[in-house]
Amino acid sequence: MEFLSDIASLINSTLRISTPLVFAAMAGIFAERSGVIDFSLEGKMLMAAFVAAVGSYFLGNPWLGLLLAIIACISLSMLHGFASVTYKGDQVVSCVAINILIIGLTTALAAAWFGQAGLTPTLNEDQRFLEVNLPFAESLRDVPIIGTIYSDILSGHYIFVYLAYLSVPLVFWVVFKTSFGLRLRAVGENPSAVDTAGINVFAMRYKALAINGVLIAFAGAHLSTAVNANFFREMSAGRGYLALAAMIFGKWHPKTALVACLLFGFTDALQIRLQGVELPAIGEIPVQLIQAIPYVLTVVLLAGFVGKAIAPNAIGQPYIKER
Amino acid sequence: MAPVDKSKVPWWVSNLIVPLVNLTLALLVSGLFIFIAGENPYEAVRLIIYGSFGYIEGFAYTLYYTTNFVFTGLAFAVAFHCRLFNIGGEGQAYIGGLGVFLVAINFSFLPVPIVWLLSIAGAVVFGAAWAFIPAYLQATRGSHVVITTIMFNFIAASLMVFLLVDVIRDTSQMGPHTVALPKEQWFPSFKDFAGLFGIKIRYSPLNISFLLAIAASVFVWFLVWKTRWGYEMRAVGHNTQAAIYAGISPYKNIIIAMCISGGLAGLLGVNEILGVHHKIVAGFPAGYGFTGIAVALMGRNHPIGIFPAAFLFGILYQGGSEVTFDMPNITRYMFVAVQGVIILFSGALENLFRPQIESFFVNRLNIKASA
Repeated sequence: MEFLSDIASLINSTLRISTPLVFAAMAGIFAERSGVIDFSLEGKMLMAAFVAAVGSYFLGNPWLGLLLAIIACISLSMLHGFASVTYKGDQVVSCVAINILIIGLTTALAAAWFGQAGLTPTLNEDQRFLEVNLPFAESLRDVPIIGTIYSDILSGHYIFVYLAYLSVPLVFWVVFKTSFGLRLRAVGENPSAVDTAGINVFAMRYKALAINGVLIAFAGAHLSTAVNANFFREMSAGRGYLALAAMIFGKWHPKTALVACLLFGFTDALQIRLQGVELPAIGEIPVQLIQAIPYVLTVVLLAGFVGKAIAPNAIGQPYIKER
Repeated sequence: MAPVDKSKVPWWVSNLIVPLVNLTLALLVSGLFIFIAGENPYEAVRLIIYGSFGYIEGFAYTLYYTTNFVFTGLAFAVAFHCRLFNIGGEGQAYIGGLGVFLVAINFSFLPVPIVWLLSIAGAVVFGAAWAFIPAYLQATRGSHVVITTIMFNFIAASLMVFLLVDVIRDTSQMGPHTVALPKEQWFPSFKDFAGLFGIKIRYSPLNISFLLAIAASVFVWFLVWKTRWGYEMRAVGHNTQAAIYAGISPYKNIIIAMCISGGLAGLLGVNEILGVHHKIVAGFPAGYGFTGIAVALMGRNHPIGIFPAAFLFGILYQGGSEVTFDMPNITRYMFVAVQGVIILFSGALENLFRPQIESFFVNRLNIKASA
C-alpha cells in the first residue's frame, strides 16, 4: 500500500507540475502554427505571474488578477506581433528582447513597490486560488483503486490543472476542425496562397498571437496565485522553454505536445522525490545534478529519438505582401 | 512609403543616425520605467554619468565592464553572422572560467607568461566545447540552438554549483568557491600600472584583460571579413541554399561558428578569474552573457560597433550601480530591463523609423546635389 500511495502522489504532482507547461505549449502551438516563432513564452509566463500576483493583492480577487494577467500577456503578444509581423523584425530577437525585458522589469518593479527582495506580498486565502475538491471525493476515498484514482489523483487540484487538460481537446478542435484553424495552419505553411484566397495574413497572425497571450496568462497565474502565494524573481525558471521544446517534440500537435509536457512534469516530480534518497548501487545523487535532469531531458528530446522535427513551412519569415 | 534605393543611403545614416535614434527611443522608454518605479529619471542620468566618469576608479570600473561585454558581444556576433542565435554565452563563459582555473592551478610550475597563454587557451577550449554540443545538434538534428543553448546555461549552472560544492571547493572556507590561484599568476591590474607611475588610486577590477578584448576584436574582424572561413560562414548565414550550391558545407560552418563563439564567451572567464576573483566563485558570469546579445545587436554585429556598444553598457552598469546606491527604489534588475528595451529597439524594431530617416536624408542630399 505504501508503494501504491507513492505512485498516486507521484502522478498527482505530475499533473500539477505539467499544468503551466501544457498551457504554454498550447499557446506556442497557436503562434507557431501561424508562422510566428515564440520563444517569448518564458517572458510572458513571468509577466503573467507578476501581474496576477500584484493585481490579486491590490484588488482582492484572484480572478481579477488573472484578467489583468491576460491583458498584460496579450499586450506583450501584440508587441511581438508589432515588431515581427508588422515591422518584419527578426522574430527571435524580438522574443529575446521581451524575455530579458520582463525578467528585469518584473523584479525591478516588485523591488520598487514591495521592498528590495523582489517578492510580492503573500496572498491570503481570498486573494488566491484554492484546491478544488471534486464532489464525493471524501466519501469515495475508502473504495479500493477507484478511491485512490478519484480522490487522491484527480481531486484536490487547483482550477488551472483542470482547465489545462480541458484546453488540449479544445485547442485540437480549433486548430484541426474549424475553418479558423485551417486558415491558421495555412498562414503558417504558405502565406502567399492564403493571401491570394483573400485572407489577411497579418490579421490571422495577430489573432493567433492574441489567443497565445490568453493561454500563457493562465500558466503564469497558476504559478503565482495558485501553487505559490506570491511572485518571486525569475519564478518561471525556464518553463517557457521547456514547453516550447515539448511542443516541438510533439510536432506542433496538441495531443503529442501534451504527452511531452506530462513527460517533463513526471521527470520533474521524480526529480523532487529523488532528492536526498539513497539509490541502490548509485548512492545519493547530488541535488544540483538531479535538478539538471529536466534540462538534460529537453536537450535529449530535442535531439530527437523521433526523427527530425519539421516546423511549419513559413515559420520565422515575415510575410511581405507583393504589390 | 516607397522603399529607398539602398545604394543612395550614405553609410553614416544607416550605421550612425538610425542606431542613435533607436538608442534614444530605448533610453526614453527606460526613463519611463524609472519614473514608474518612483524615482526621477533626470537624477538617475546624472548619477549614471557621475558614477561612470566622475572619478578615476569609477571610470576604471566602466572599462572593466566594457571588457566583459566586448567578449560576450563578439561571441554573439560571430554566431549571428552564421544566422545562429547563441544565447548560451552565459554558460560558455562559466565553463570557460573552469578551463582557466584548471589550467592555471595545474600548470603552476611553468613560467607565468606561459601559464597565462595556456589559461587563455583553456578558456577558449572549454567555452568552445560547451558550445559544440548545441552546434552539433543544430547541424545534424535541427534542434533549435536557442533552446539547446538556454538549456546548456541551466546545465552549466547546475554542474558548476555541483563542482564548487562537492568537488573543487576550498574546504577551509564556507562559501562555494575554490582556493585562490598563486599570487604571481594574477593579471596585473590598472592599480598596479598606475602605481608604477606613482599615481595612487583605490581598487578597481580593471586589468590587462582589456588588451585581450582589443585583440579579440581585431581577431574577429579579420576572421569574419578577411578569411575564407568568415566568408563561408556569412554565406551560410545569408542564404544557406545558395551556399550549398557553391559547395559550402553548412554543417561544418555551423559548428565552426558556434565553437568560435563559445570560445570568445569563454574569454570572459579570463577577465573574471585571472583578473578579478583569482578563483572560481559561484555565479561569476552574472548576466554578462545575456548583455552580450544587446551589445552585439546595438553594435550591428561588427567589432567597430561592438566596442562602443560595450562601452555604453559599461557606463550603464557602472553608473547603474551608483544609481542603486543612491536610489532605494532602483535595483540592478532595472538595468536588465533597460537591456531588454535596447534589444527591442535596436534589434527587433530597428526598421521602425529606418525608411523615414533614410528617405529624409536621401531627399535632402538630392536637393543639395541638384541645387
